[in-house]
Amino acid sequence: MKDEVQSPEERSAGLKGLGCSRKRVEDVRFTQGRGNYVDDIKLDGMLTGDFVRSPYAHARILSINTEAALAVPGVLAVLTAKDLEPLGLHWMPTLAGDKQMVLADGKVLFQGQEVAYVVATDRYAAADGVAAVEVDYEDLPVVTDPFKAMDPDAPVLREDLAGQTEGAHGPRRHHNHIFTWEQGDKAATEAVLAEADVVAEEMVYYHRTHPMPLETCGCVASMDKVTGKLTLWGTFQAPHAVRTVASLISGIAEHNIRVISPDIGGGFGNKVGVYPGYVCSIVASIVTGKPVKWVESRMDNLMSTAFARDYWMQGKIAATKEGKITGLWCHTTADHGGFDACADPTKFPAGFMNICTGSYDIPVAYLAVDGVYTNKAPGGVAYRCSFRVTEAAYFIERMIEVLAIRLNMDAAELRRINFIRKDQFPYQSALGWEYDSGDYHTAWEKALNAVGYDVLRREQAERLEAFKRGETRKLIGIGLTHFTEIVGAGPVKNCDILGLGMFDSCEIRIHPTGSAIARLGTISQGQGHATTFAQIIASEIGIPADDITLEEGDTDTAPYGLGTYGSRSTPVAGAATAMAARKIRAKAQMIAAYLLEVHDDDVEFEVDRFVVKGAPERFKTMKEIAFASYNQAIPGVEPGLEAVSYYDPPNMTYPFGAYICVMEIDVDTGEHEVRSFYALDDCGTRINPMIIEGQVHGGATEGYAIAMGQEIAYDEMGNHKTATLMDFFVPTAWETPHYTTDFTVTPSPHHPIGAKGVGESPNVGSVPCFSNAVHDAFRPFGLVQSHMPHDHWRIWKIAEDLGLHV
Amino acid sequence: MSKMHIKFHLNGQEVEGLAEPRMLLIHFLRENLKVTGPHIGCETSHCGACTVDLNGKSVKSCTLFACQADGAAITTVEGLTNPDGTLGVLQEMFREHHGLQCGFCTPGMITRAHRLLQENPTPTEEEVRFGISGNLCRCTGYQNIVKAILAAAEQLNAHKAPSSSEAVGQNVEAAE
Ligand code: FES
Ligand code: FES
Repeated sequence: MKDEVQSPEERSAGLKGLGCSRKRVEDVRFTQGRGNYVDDIKLDGMLTGDFVRSPYAHARILSINTEAALAVPGVLAVLTAKDLEPLGLHWMPTLAGDKQMVLADGKVLFQGQEVAYVVATDRYAAADGVAAVEVDYEDLPVVTDPFKAMDPDAPVLREDLAGQTEGAHGPRRHHNHIFTWEQGDKAATEAVLAEADVVAEEMVYYHRTHPMPLETCGCVASMDKVTGKLTLWGTFQAPHAVRTVASLISGIAEHNIRVISPDIGGGFGNKVGVYPGYVCSIVASIVTGKPVKWVESRMDNLMSTAFARDYWMQGKIAATKEGKITGLWCHTTADHGGFDACADPTKFPAGFMNICTGSYDIPVAYLAVDGVYTNKAPGGVAYRCSFRVTEAAYFIERMIEVLAIRLNMDAAELRRINFIRKDQFPYQSALGWEYDSGDYHTAWEKALNAVGYDVLRREQAERLEAFKRGETRKLIGIGLTHFTEIVGAGPVKNCDILGLGMFDSCEIRIHPTGSAIARLGTISQGQGHATTFAQIIASEIGIPADDITLEEGDTDTAPYGLGTYGSRSTPVAGAATAMAARKIRAKAQMIAAYLLEVHDDDVEFEVDRFVVKGAPERFKTMKEIAFASYNQAIPGVEPGLEAVSYYDPPNMTYPFGAYICVMEIDVDTGEHEVRSFYALDDCGTRINPMIIEGQVHGGATEGYAIAMGQEIAYDEMGNHKTATLMDFFVPTAWETPHYTTDFTVTPSPHHPIGAKGVGESPNVGSVPCFSNAVHDAFRPFGLVQSHMPHDHWRIWKIAEDLGLHV
Repeated sequence: MSKMHIKFHLNGQEVEGLAEPRMLLIHFLRENLKVTGPHIGCETSHCGACTVDLNGKSVKSCTLFACQADGAAITTVEGLTNPDGTLGVLQEMFREHHGLQCGFCTPGMITRAHRLLQENPTPTEEEVRFGISGNLCRCTGYQNIVKAILAAAEQLNAHKAPSSSEAVGQNVEAAE
């Protein structure tokens, strides 16, 4: 037999398990246009829903007249808040403990807000219906600036909260105030600041942006009146949570709801929340008895679902003359828009912003975040980010640069002398986290050597001299970043969403012939779960990855899980997968021992089989064991070979990385060219290097967009200025830089296979890296801080303000 | 609204149907003909997810009314698969080089790359980057897409015997 002559190494390679750049199984469908995305779903008699949206950012609704719309051929129904009110569905709870209007109830709070829902036979008839709905508005004073929103005489945005001094996260001290969240030791931090040799202070703004997956959000709701069963297909990053929420707000029993996430065209946080379109489609399907599809247009998407960031972070960082950091202080004003619809674990209204001490050993720190209502869209989602880690990383990586300027020090050296040392892990941070593992110095030196840091600095200095002599108009900026992520939410003891603990799950069934199916509580949006999770199982139980089917996203079949966002799939569901596989292996061991007529302890696992210790010629392969589990009565062992695991992680994981960017900046045009971008990531054990590299390319490109031009901008009237791809910057292949990837491996000590998650690291790390490069180019001329995005005009403006245009 | 009768060649087969004059080609393909390879990412001609090959040119099918395609020869990503059901060279190279993640941009991207390699069978990396700049991808950062297209060009040039995707291209031209 071929099998007999293969060495364990050869057999192991054949499994395509951990560490293998296995080609993706998903791609055979996707490359042929055979994906099944929500807009590809077509059911008999299916109707289309579309929204009438508010042209005003703040207005009272005097009347809505639907008569003309109902007369439009093909229009079957028009829903307004009045229709939803008797069902109690005109408002819905948000994930952040606030509530949000499903359809405008008396007033609107942002431009693009959903006012009425038109149901028609097709998208053209629906659009005609939308155009025919007449709404009378009375405009109200608009507030788009979160600081002005807190003025005593600022307009009252949320009249529904009048008189409520207690919010979901503690006291509210103003009618537009949502919460204050405090972490760390305020008094001790202020004492350190008062006595420090040096204190650098700066306002760091991380502007409002949007995840903008290429596929917008959408759903198909189908209520079967005969069975009483609601099926809801949609672009859901958390299908089980959607089922529970749908049940709670609609009153339909949870077993009568089936939520299916089909293929998803990118999520990046945009598809975590529950949107009015889902609720209205469900109601419309109940009312009409027909399936109803709703898919956002790109403009709807950029205007109404899920902005990200918008944090104004006032920082103070204290240090000794030699550059040892002694304390960090941060006050953040968080612009949440008209409703607090952030998707954070319940106990963390500002997400994991308290990871803002970054990679540094900072003895004391204090953080306060004030959430504020404005006339902007709700959201505040974790855009390829584990709940505000991006904001935290940007803040600390800017503050380090600001401190380096104050100390007149090299920023690489300043980082080096402040990194948490390898021997300090597990490390207790001043703001309450226990970092599981890390080796920052090794990563940093590797990165600096890889790019030839000293040579680069010399070249930069020479260029500066040439610039001063008038020989060139281009400066060089060197952007540095060392970030620490916190992902894998999370331990049920402190992480839940709407009371649902943030565990995750995996169920594995081995078939009699030795192949398998596994189902998970997560859902891929391009991360390649069907490929990578099979690799984990392959390595754990010795069944080739190619023989394992992966299924996610159908709540009728998959075990309950909290879904995919916050880089939690590998740390949580990946761990559940390994644990379920280990249960199967444990049972397989008993079966093997029985078949080999030895004691359980006398066999050991070897790649794809159990071998009798000391007698390698006596073994049973997993294939043989699988068959035996179905065809033999084994005393004391149940038939079959299946297992399920619900994994509650003991801690978060803490991936980290060192990124370095070299940028050329044209002082006269404000244009930039990224000459090189080096990304070293440490995500612990690497499951599929090809997919990791792809994640880094993609995340860094999102970061490039955010840092260099992408924003959600409003004018003072609350008009959305960036609602199309004409105005909202998404880089093409032409301007996107080339990336060099690298890695170190520091396995997570508490994760079953040592993996940490990587999907978000490149977004977290690249934004400060690009931004620091821009700042670094102008450092010799006195630039300390300039807000993103660094588009051509803003860079030109920096040069102009520094007097570099003569 | 009265409907128009529309007929064209789609992936080598004649298809026909009725559509309002205002109906966009992408909606006609996806909703009337159930050809769901081309996707919708914007409907404003920015993203390229809806790219099809029309009379030998890459066209964003959200930019065109269905009736404007009457009599045309159209190839979508579905038409780039080999007749025996195996992946065409570009499709295979996208898989080989991890040129896709969520897959949403992929049909448009591959269809554009197919035409690009007809226009310029030996492109440089720069030419590929410029040549696909009408197609947005949010997942890959393009690096592996560029790699995949360059690898496909190499393969297609190596076996000058007509591969299936070239054959499709010739069909399109023959139909012009
Ligand atoms: S959908 Fe046609 S270009 Fe975006
Ligand atoms: S692979 Fe997701 S948009 Fe390109």
